Amino acid sequence: MENLPLFFILSSIVKIVIIVHLLLIGVMLMIWAERRVSGWMQDRLGPNRVGPQGLLQPIADGLKFMFKEDIIPDHVDKPLYVLAPAMLLVPALITAAVVPFGSSIELFGETINLQIADINIGILYILAITSLGVYGVVLGAWASNNKYSLLGGLRSSAQMISYELTLGLGIIGILMLTSSLSLRTIATEQGAYPWQWNFLIHFPAFLAFTTAMFAETNRLPFDLAEAEQELVAGYHTEYSSMKFAMFFMAEYMNMIVGSAVTVTLFLGGWHFFGLENVGGPVWSGLISFAIFFVKTAIFLFGFIWVRWTLPRFRYDQLMNFGWKFLLPIALTSIVVTGTLWIMTGSRLVVGIGNAVSAFIVVSIVAGMLVMTTPKPAIQESDSRFSPTALDAVE
Amino acid sequence: MNAEQILFILFGAVSLIGAVSVISFRHPIYSALSLVVTFFAQAGLFILLGAHFVAAVQVIVYAGAIMVLFLFVIMLLNLGTLSAKGAIGPKVKGFAVILGILLAIEGIYIALNSANDTTVAAAESATGTTTTYDIGKLLFSEYLLPFEVTSLILLAALIGVIVLVKRESQEEN
Repeated sequence: MENLPLFFILSSIVKIVIIVHLLLIGVMLMIWAERRVSGWMQDRLGPNRVGPQGLLQPIADGLKFMFKEDIIPDHVDKPLYVLAPAMLLVPALITAAVVPFGSSIELFGETINLQIADINIGILYILAITSLGVYGVVLGAWASNNKYSLLGGLRSSAQMISYELTLGLGIIGILMLTSSLSLRTIATEQGAYPWQWNFLIHFPAFLAFTTAMFAETNRLPFDLAEAEQELVAGYHTEYSSMKFAMFFMAEYMNMIVGSAVTVTLFLGGWHFFGLENVGGPVWSGLISFAIFFVKTAIFLFGFIWVRWTLPRFRYDQLMNFGWKFLLPIALTSIVVTGTLWIMTGSRLVVGIGNAVSAFIVVSIVAGMLVMTTPKPAIQESDSRFSPTALDAVE
Repeated sequence: MNAEQILFILFGAVSLIGAVSVISFRHPIYSALSLVVTFFAQAGLFILLGAHFVAAVQVIVYAGAIMVLFLFVIMLLNLGTLSAKGAIGPKVKGFAVILGILLAIEGIYIALNSANDTTVAAAESATGTTTTYDIGKLLFSEYLLPFEVTSLILLAALIGVIVLVKRESQEEN
């Protein structure tokens, strides 16, 4: 560790403070947006009383959480029960350290990258940290000593392990074409125009990655870990006050960071029709940051949109979808991208090849599923939950 | 003492404390979590060595995947606290002593010979850190055969697991 210049240390501290606060404000805005957009989609108003358009509602909720009694039930495993919310929130926060939020700003004769740390294993760092998020859920579930919590935790850990594979494999195509693990390099390598961005070249991988991210953040249609109708509130059933609020914040923070990572990897980062180069060394940096912010916000809107569009998966559907569709798509994308890139070296060919091969793979898998599924696996007449059984009773 | 040494002592201490906790906690969940702590501290040590890639893989594979499965199994079986007596018999103790002595000899041997070891230095680039690029290059040139053999072993294990699970479910039907 050499002597770091003072300016570097100071600018890093400033960046950390700004980004952590932006994330917290983002969580607040996201909670507000979710409720308002949900209201809009269901043709009702949503919270609009506290502050202009209800914008201060999250603050009111936060205050309420702080003043609620913090109950630690007698039957819980206390150390882990207290630790679990933090173990979910901290990974969500520190993932943001390697995301490039914009190009760079020149201040006092020094160039500052709009990113806390540009490490050369950026993507691996993100995969490593997101894979730790599952501990918060699992430990919270187990420490609660409650069967609904435990079921939620088991579901969630199985789901997260299954979909993590797709998450990791989905980005390998990008790594092969960019030949770098640094998120800044990946963002810079994508050109200014949408057709130069990675999501077109790696379209199947993009779909697989995004879907896997929904599963990793436990959002609908993948929120089996906290399916209200079946599990009360899943892994956070026993939590109250700020501990519950931390679980809640972690979910939204994961969404925000996940969107930011997707924008960086697939949607061109801070590029938008060359707009990011307008203005001087300071303004262009700020504009690039604004572009990144808007892209992330649009992607986050997609999260809410999907929530009210798709119903929740059944558990076997979830596993089938992850292992039999997403994983083959991600694997094919790796093979096809590598082969075509070596053979032709043309991004256009790789893009077309990816799309065609994914279509073929999905058709084959779907065909095989239809052919090999003989009859319903559970004999319907034997199950007391099946409609036919009910008929028999009546 | 510079920052690097302080960090080394910190990570080393955390790693040792974690390792001792694994065998001293009575509850399997706490043991598993201590192991996670150890893995983390070791990832920190790898970063100090400039091996960022290995550190990330350490966290992804061990802390992120394997230990989650361990927790999963412990939770599914609902293992309770181990009783103080009867868990470890005399045979197991004798076996542990032999393994411990072997490990100690191995450690001393490595410590005495590590000064001449150049395999790590060979992988280092000019900046003093081992980049993913360097590792990839070495894996596909100098260490191609071991690399491919490893992947074959993994494939065999994978197929083995599938065959075992398939047979069981067929017997049930």
